[in-house]
Amino acid sequence: MPNSASAHNHIVTVKNLSFSRGTRKIFDDISLDIERGKITAIMGPSGTGKTTLLKLIGGQLYPEAGQIRVDGQNVHRLKTKELYNLRKRIGMLFQSGALLTDMNVYDNVAFPLREHTHLPETMIRTLVLMKLHAVGLRGARHLMPNELSGGMARRVALARAIALDPMMIMYDEPFTGQDPISMGALVHLIKSLNNTLGLTSIIVSHDVQETAAIADYIYVLSEGKIVGQGTPQQLAQSDSAWVQQFMNGDADGPVHFHYPAIDYLDDLLSTK
Amino acid sequence: MFEFLESLGHSSRSSFAKLGRATFFLIHTLAGIVEVLPRPNLLMKQLYSVGVLSFLIIAISGLFVGMVLGLQGFYILSDFGAEESLGLMVAASLVRELGPVVSALLFAGRAGSALTAEIGLMKATEQLSGMEMMAVNPINRIITPRFMAGLISTPLLATIFSSIGVIGGQMVGVGMLGVDDGAFWSQMQAGIDFNEDIINGIIKSVVFGFVVSWIALFEGYDAIPTSEGVSRATTRTVVNSAFSILGLDFILTALMFGDI
Repeated sequence: MPNSASAHNHIVTVKNLSFSRGTRKIFDDISLDIERGKITAIMGPSGTGKTTLLKLIGGQLYPEAGQIRVDGQNVHRLKTKELYNLRKRIGMLFQSGALLTDMNVYDNVAFPLREHTHLPETMIRTLVLMKLHAVGLRGARHLMPNELSGGMARRVALARAIALDPMMIMYDEPFTGQDPISMGALVHLIKSLNNTLGLTSIIVSHDVQETAAIADYIYVLSEGKIVGQGTPQQLAQSDSAWVQQFMNGDADGPVHFHYPAIDYLDDLLSTK
Repeated sequence: MFEFLESLGHSSRSSFAKLGRATFFLIHTLAGIVEVLPRPNLLMKQLYSVGVLSFLIIAISGLFVGMVLGLQGFYILSDFGAEESLGLMVAASLVRELGPVVSALLFAGRAGSALTAEIGLMKATEQLSGMEMMAVNPINRIITPRFMAGLISTPLLATIFSSIGVIGGQMVGVGMLGVDDGAFWSQMQAGIDFNEDIINGIIKSVVFGFVVSWIALFEGYDAIPTSEGVSRATTRTVVNSAFSILGLDFILTALMFGDI
């Protein structure tokens, strides 16, 4: 655990969570805590259900067993209205950005404000421009989502995610498919937003270098289990061969390069 | 043998499950109407893209269908020396059957397929999921306005279809084939009953609009979020809508006009 402090410091507590897709077990009895005000990363190879975990925390999926508490509330026991009230305080950045394609950048950022508040348009304008300025895209407000590059779309989505001043933001693979410059911009943004707005950030990612650079605490998932956890420094010195392979990006190790198959020579010589 | 039974059981179970999902979807959609009514802008936008943009195809098709009815009707009626009844024949076939049915079929092809593709792609690009995470109910915000627009547009489009069709029939019958203009209109006026024909026709198109919008939106919402999934959902919308329209038309006609 990050520390042995009381539960008040944990904005999210996941207890004995199990979840399956079909016959495949995505999570097998995992428990983890996210500390308030910190950047916590959840890492692991593709297909380990990292995005699923965010959807479970956000109440979009139901666990088979175990419970998830966000800010003291059991997410899956809440009534729809209470769940929606909780979600207003959680921002989520989707991998694709999930911008509404029939609106321009300005209206996309204004969307949650218009849906959830009765603020006058002039006030909304001020707020939208502030959020867009924070991500450096105040000048791009008239562009449509299809005119944005991948990195810009993600920054607009980030501006939208902070529009309602949430207590927590969940980032789903924020660095995937970004060029070095937008990657750097995003790394910087996530860190600075977390510190200046007093947020809690959860980053789901498999980009080791970028994530380790800003995360306060890291959980490493594999095959439904937590295989390693600690600060980036602790993980770098982990004695688990698996964690070492993952953190260093080695091609072979406990996770084999080859998908299980019969012997190579036998396979080549066989007639079938 | 057992494999056959197993696959039969599996497919019927999954189609019942789908029917159940569709029913829940419809209930939520209808429940969303209270949320949409205070926000007419949402509805206006959809009325434009679902209804107004379907106007041209409906108007042109209505004109041609009416003209063909004028031609065919004249040749049959003139055998009995009853060409004065052409107006009645054209109007009755349009108002009772062709108006509601053909306009609903065109609506399914023009607007229904577009709705399925739009919703399916919104699902595939996580827009619906993103909305849920922003605490905005995608059913209320996206589905219900489109459903209401479909429900309002279809009877209007059917009425336009029938009206233009009558004009097409008159152009051919009176203008080209020499039927007496006064007889054309007076026979129509005498023979078409407002409740029996026009209201029943409108009821039909409301039913078709309800079913087509439901199918189109549900198929999009239930689509597998990949390009193949969306394309299959779009096909299903058109095919299932056509079946439902024609099947329901028979049932409604039997109830309204048949002495069953």
